[in-house]
Amino acid sequence: MKVFLLHGDRDGAPDASPPPNRHDLTQDLELDTLFDAMAAEDEFLRDIVPRVVFASLSEPEEIRYRQQVLADCVANPAVVRDLYAIAVDARRVERKVWFGILSRESPEHILHRSVKILEYLVENLRQLRQIAAEHAGAFDSPGFRRFFAMLQEELDDDYFALVGNHLKELEFPHGVLMSAELGAGNRGVRYGLHRVPHRGWLERIAGSSPPSYGFTVPARDEAGARALGDLQDQGLNVVANALAQSADHVKSFFHVLRAELAFYLGCLNLHERLSAKGAPCCFPEPRPGTDVALTARGLYDVCLALRSREPVAGNDVDADGASLVLITGANQGGKSTFLRSCGTAQLMLQAGMFAPAGSLRADVCTGLFTHFKREEDDTMTKGKLDEELARMSEIADRIRPGGQLLCNESFASTNEAEGSELARRVIRALTESGVKVLFVTHLYDLGRSLHEQHRDDMLFLRAERGQTYRLAEGEPLPTSYGADSYRRVFAPATGSDG
Amino acid sequence: MPRFPSVLFPDGESADGLAEPAFFGDLNFGQVVSAITAGHGDYELDPFFFAPLHEESAVEYRHEVFGDLERDEVHEVLGEFAERMQRMRKRRTLAGKIHYPRQQQRWFLDSVDSYCAAVAFLQEGLDRVELRSRGLQAMREHVTGYLSGESFRALLADTRDLQERLARIKYRVHVQGARVKVSAFAEDADYSSEVEKTFAKFKQGAVQDYLVDFRDPPEMNHIEAQVLDCVARLHPETFRALAGYCERHRDPVEATIGRFDREVQFYLAYLAHVRRLSQAGLTFCYPEVSASSREVFAEDAFDLALATKLVPDTPVVCNDFRTSSTERVLVVTGPNQGGKTTFARMFGQLTHLAALGCPVPAARARLFLPDRVFTHFEREEDPVSLRGKLEDELVRIRDILRDATGRSVIVLNESFASTTLQDARYIGTEVLRRIIDLGALAVYVTFVDDLAALGEETVSMVGAVVPDDPAERTYKIERRPADGLAYAAALATKYGLTYQELRRRIGR
Repeated sequence: MKVFLLHGDRDGAPDASPPPNRHDLTQDLELDTLFDAMAAEDEFLRDIVPRVVFASLSEPEEIRYRQQVLADCVANPAVVRDLYAIAVDARRVERKVWFGILSRESPEHILHRSVKILEYLVENLRQLRQIAAEHAGAFDSPGFRRFFAMLQEELDDDYFALVGNHLKELEFPHGVLMSAELGAGNRGVRYGLHRVPHRGWLERIAGSSPPSYGFTVPARDEAGARALGDLQDQGLNVVANALAQSADHVKSFFHVLRAELAFYLGCLNLHERLSAKGAPCCFPEPRPGTDVALTARGLYDVCLALRSREPVAGNDVDADGASLVLITGANQGGKSTFLRSCGTAQLMLQAGMFAPAGSLRADVCTGLFTHFKREEDDTMTKGKLDEELARMSEIADRIRPGGQLLCNESFASTNEAEGSELARRVIRALTESGVKVLFVTHLYDLGRSLHEQHRDDMLFLRAERGQTYRLAEGEPLPTSYGADSYRRVFAPATGSDG
Repeated sequence: MPRFPSVLFPDGESADGLAEPAFFGDLNFGQVVSAITAGHGDYELDPFFFAPLHEESAVEYRHEVFGDLERDEVHEVLGEFAERMQRMRKRRTLAGKIHYPRQQQRWFLDSVDSYCAAVAFLQEGLDRVELRSRGLQAMREHVTGYLSGESFRALLADTRDLQERLARIKYRVHVQGARVKVSAFAEDADYSSEVEKTFAKFKQGAVQDYLVDFRDPPEMNHIEAQVLDCVARLHPETFRALAGYCERHRDPVEATIGRFDREVQFYLAYLAHVRRLSQAGLTFCYPEVSASSREVFAEDAFDLALATKLVPDTPVVCNDFRTSSTERVLVVTGPNQGGKTTFARMFGQLTHLAALGCPVPAARARLFLPDRVFTHFEREEDPVSLRGKLEDELVRIRDILRDATGRSVIVLNESFASTTLQDARYIGTEVLRRIIDLGALAVYVTFVDDLAALGEETVSMVGAVVPDDPAERTYKIERRPADGLAYAAALATKYGLTYQELRRRIGR
């Protein structure tokens, strides 16, 4: 029994180790806003959602699988929330079946507790099957269709009856019958457990038993009673283990179900928030990594949209085939916002989510990285350029061909000539290694020298003066708009504070 | 049967009873020994490390054995043999402690069983592989002779017969309340697997293992003993035979095999340590050794104690040294914390390891077999006055120079901490001259640069640092006149961000 709602062929693995650069991504793309909106104050969702988002999918096929499941969720939110509630209830079993804490658990304890746990979980399984029977017809995605069919096939009435019988028999009303052999030091080994044969009264009178010798532990012999318990535990060990593991597996099934549904619940929460704002979203078109693509209409920064009361401006981009997108232009012109909107949309696309845009087409990358200018240096152990280069070196350790790097004012902590030279080398090495680079910069020397190469796989965008927050294709211009900013900040009469 | 005394000492000497040499502390050699012998505690290997060899031929004898054991097929045989012998000893020990006779007898039988298996395995194993060392060849001959002897064959037959009879016994135990019934075995389906099958469909990957690991006290409790007594009543003849067996065979382990079992651990323990460090990219080699020539060298040598601590998290810095026919004393100068002391220790360690007949921590080496190794390192814990400290230091150096000969190796790490530079230069010069006059091979660590150029007998070795970043140590000790020379790398180079380096790191 597998959930398989996040992936068609494996569990969601919410415990898989997250990428080491997730903190950089979260900070640079301001993802906490997105994750908070998806969690809607549910701690479990808050934990799961980032894990799933950071465990990016790499195949368009996988992405479409998840998009279809998500579309089902959007169409049937109430049923999905009911399923989630059952999974949550199943996870409470430990608190409801409480046996106290023992310093050393014996197989007998383990067995008894496992029986109780399974008795509880069987009820949750019944409820799941009930929902499957009632609502399966309303779901179209391969993921949900498989899930519901599995519940109906595996959990029929006969199966519930069989499980009930075992759980009764495992209370051992007729004592414990074991088999054993002599092992090292003549101690019993290879203990087996057997059903106690039910002999009729005729057999008992006939007395056709094999030869046997026996003894009774006296009531006063407490050590003997304990030792007898230990002996019996040898026989119960395997079955106790089997049952406890079975209980774990069933629990784990519900755990996986809860975790996988939690992600979709997060998506539902976000969908409701954006719909309420009238912010558009779409299922993006994932392209294979070999087909370098980035085309969007009305692409906006979802985190900015969630924070602001006003509708936010979107950008149109046509960067198909571009392995370098260099963004220059005015301060406060929306360059960083644009860079963040690209990064966030890329992550959402590769998580199988809807994208914050009217339409979006992009190729899947092997890993998204950010190298943003940092204002502070917490450690004070290194100079600023040292710190920047150290971070770039960490990225180089992890980024692979087919990766994507978003740079925001990288190498600006040294003079323009030196910074440009460093950037040129890094950009060349990265793009020639098959890494897509989106680079926001003030370094005119860098922009000019790259623009003069007149290459088809480089796209130059420019933020315009005046606060349209829109970017248009355009070559880098020699003067920075820092003067504008300066004048605005130091203006004697403040018209608008931007 | 040919007389075969020892796989360590061609003449059959013994290292037992020897005390730890005085230089162990200074050279951190005790740490080396502890690291090597960790996990081999039962064998009491330490004394073997206290007994340096003084003849080239004895060293060669061990090199041969090491050479054989370095080959996987030979190593596997001896490793497995050791495991089996250990199993035997463990069971033997148990048999001695146990109270219930039927259990005690079985532990004894099991221990002899392990012994027979171990010896038979050793013979088969050694037969199967090619042996080039005199030591292991002789052992093979010895074992083959022993196995075909009458006493072993009788032991083996007796043991097997009894084991087979006991292994055939199966029984059932029915526990109901306080009542226990033991009866003969009857074939019946296993209920545990039936339960397991019922829930198999929920398998979700790895889960916790709930199998209780029963505290297996070597001794049965009285309930188990009662069950065993019931089983014995079901099989009376087998249990009578067991009691007779224990009377007949009391001390089955043959003396030479016992000694070999322990001594071969010296090799296995050392090689295991070598392997651990080799995996981190460090190299060991068989040094050329001489008891007469003081022309020594080593390439890519390292401090074994330090490397043991650093690997695998921190890279280990390797160093070279070389003396020509006239050179006797390596004078090491340079900044503090630059690796001088480590270099001096390394030299001493290499010398002693070579005398133990071991592969040494270096890529290539030629080393001297001294009559003794003397060391003097500054003692920090002495709570005496500064003047007392200097005098104490001088007394110890004087004692060393009194006992040392021209065939000794001396490692001196002087501090003369309480003196002026002028005094230190004077004392240092005097001490160094005496060492040179003695003709001993020595390493002399000092902060007085001038001593490095005292004469044609001295070789100047200098600890290097990165000049632009004195906090960054290279721990390299180089042969050159005492001064500082290095260059800072460009920032991009430092971070591996040059075009070529980036392309290499990202791949494709």
